[in-house]
Amino acid sequence: MLSTLRIAAASAAVIAFAATSTAAFAQKKYDTGATDAEIKIGNIMPYSGPASAYGVIGKTEEAYFKMINDQGGINGRKVTFITYDDAYSPPKAVEQVRKLVESDEVLAVFNPLGTPSNTAIQKYLNAKKIPQLFVATGATKWNDPKNFPWTIGWQPSYQSEAQIYAKWLMKEKPGAKVAILYQNDDFGKDYLKGTKDGFGAKAASSIIMEESYEVSEPSIDGHIVKIKAANPDVLLIYATPKFAAQTIKKTAELGWKPLQIVTNVSISVGSVMQPAGFENAQGLLSAAYAKDGTDPQWAGDPGMKKWAAFVDKYMPGADKTDNGVVYGYGAAQTLAKVLEMCGNDLTRANLMKQAASLKDFTPDTLLPGVKINTSATDFAPIAQLQMQRFKGQKWELFGEIISGDVPSE
Amino acid sequence: MSAVEDVVTESPAVEAVPKRAMTLGYGTSLVVLAALIIIPLLVKNFIIFQMTMLLIYGLAVLALNILTGGSGQFSLGQSAFYAVGAYTSAILMEHAGMNYALTLPIAGIICFAFGFLFGQPALRLSGVYLALATFALATAMPQLLKLGYFEYWTGGVQGLVVTKPDAPFGLPMGQDMWLYYFTLVVTIAIYIASVNLLRSRSGRAFMAIRDNEIAASAMGVDVALYKTLAFGVSAGITGVAGGLGAIAVQFVAPDGYTITLAISLFLGMVVGGVGWLPGSIVGSAFIIFVPNIAEGISKGLSGAVFGVLLFLVIFLVPHGARQVAIIAQQLVAKLKKN
Repeated sequence: MLSTLRIAAASAAVIAFAATSTAAFAQKKYDTGATDAEIKIGNIMPYSGPASAYGVIGKTEEAYFKMINDQGGINGRKVTFITYDDAYSPPKAVEQVRKLVESDEVLAVFNPLGTPSNTAIQKYLNAKKIPQLFVATGATKWNDPKNFPWTIGWQPSYQSEAQIYAKWLMKEKPGAKVAILYQNDDFGKDYLKGTKDGFGAKAASSIIMEESYEVSEPSIDGHIVKIKAANPDVLLIYATPKFAAQTIKKTAELGWKPLQIVTNVSISVGSVMQPAGFENAQGLLSAAYAKDGTDPQWAGDPGMKKWAAFVDKYMPGADKTDNGVVYGYGAAQTLAKVLEMCGNDLTRANLMKQAASLKDFTPDTLLPGVKINTSATDFAPIAQLQMQRFKGQKWELFGEIISGDVPSE
Repeated sequence: MSAVEDVVTESPAVEAVPKRAMTLGYGTSLVVLAALIIIPLLVKNFIIFQMTMLLIYGLAVLALNILTGGSGQFSLGQSAFYAVGAYTSAILMEHAGMNYALTLPIAGIICFAFGFLFGQPALRLSGVYLALATFALATAMPQLLKLGYFEYWTGGVQGLVVTKPDAPFGLPMGQDMWLYYFTLVVTIAIYIASVNLLRSRSGRAFMAIRDNEIAASAMGVDVALYKTLAFGVSAGITGVAGGLGAIAVQFVAPDGYTITLAISLFLGMVVGGVGWLPGSIVGSAFIIFVPNIAEGISKGLSGAVFGVLLFLVIFLVPHGARQVAIIAQQLVAKLKKN
């Protein structure tokens, strides 16, 4: 009798302990790549090759985690950030990611850059159930939790941004004749598709010209002259920074003044507007989600002050006009937040779960009002943008914060 | 470059590549083969993947070696043939649901035809002019793959994702290991066929054209036919390599086959030793591993470090791995005498 009572009491205690331990005293849980002392995060970046200008993003992230480690790490663990060069080549990306996973044994792959490289590694990482966190590309396909539950995007998709422009034009400039200049790759074509989708049934009548250029062309002056001959009212510039600057300059030289909208990729004051000439860029429209490091209006902003202090201390000599520095900081801060939310449960499944549970998170570098929200069915962290107009030497925001989620096909 | 120039411009290329020196002795071949068979059993999957890529690029370099080392024609357009092969395999696998192994001979045949046809206009060109013509082919290829007309098949700028094959017959090995041994068998078959080709009547015709075109035609060699044939064979092998590459990487996209790839393959050929077929594997190892080493030395200056390493190789051993092999052989012979 006594013994049965004892057993009952003991089992009750065990049950009570088990119940509390899952809630209050969460056990430390780890997958490969995480221990009591460190969290290993892998990354690939084009440090060499045609897209090497983006390499600064990887360097910023490396510096950001150095800062985090200097401040004591995340929940007492140091972040080891391992980044390799993929030269913007898909075969190399596969090789380097496999090295990260199988040789360095990282917990997750974070912010790999470029649509081709990410497409090449997506199937592999999902098959191995390794998080492919916050990819650095604006393609729409990353928001697909049903088919690729281990892949999550970060920045607004190119298509949703283009839809915002199309909708704005239909409302503000109905009946305008639109010409589109786009880069002939996945980036440009995504914008083209988004614009057409945004115009919907009116696409055929509104868009009078689609002109594409290759990244390898030294100058796109010829294309601008050709577009001008068609005499559109609106010019949509879906070009990378160098070409966007050339376009803005050339239209001014031709004495041509259409309404110009430039992609968010090319809104840097320092590396696009200044070289194009401030006087030529007046009245230019775009949409933004992050603050510009060179825009004087953010000089007193607490978030950007933190950013500037970080750049001065951890990346001395870095070019603050480079958008990549702002981008890398914001992405790295998002990862740091997610790792913090993971607590002591550093399994890959929990990492993915936390990455998909961000609520109104605002990194220092995002525009006021733009918030990161994710859920089990929403793998597009940043989905908001605000329209802006270039005036004087800076961008002036106007209108509401617009949400532009595009569901993946 | 000097090695290439030697082979291509020096008229009496007696020293250049005697037939036997184009291959390895039986003993060495067996040792290399044993190493290629045994190593994958002992290493991680990621290294098996790297070794698979080593064989695949090795094949592509071998193909260029037959063209340049064998028939003395330049090509900076190998990436185009590689791309055609890769896309052929990928499209047949994903759209037609064909077995991966069957897509390779088709990729080879299509590329052979493509190379043979491209060889026709190339006949009128030689030396740097031919190099430029093939260069044009390499720069045009990524754009052609992006064209809207083919988008349904090629996936346009987004490329195509390819499914990796499992080991057949329930063999107890992973996908990586199976693909490696599959690639190894294909590589060995092509290697043996290439060695035999260069030893055959056609191979002698190639070399006669390389050494002196006029003399070759005086001897009754159909210069036009053999020159285009060399282009075709080279393109065909590159196509098979491209198909294997698509299966191993599981993805094809226009940006994967730019002029950089063509230059890498060219580099691999020079480093391996122009006209020395076993050097292809050495050259392939150089283009795969040296960039990683350079990156390990300095991330920001990886390109510059790579350049320095390349310069050292060209400066110290202008004939590439072949020269190293010859020196090693002489040393061994000396040791035996003592």
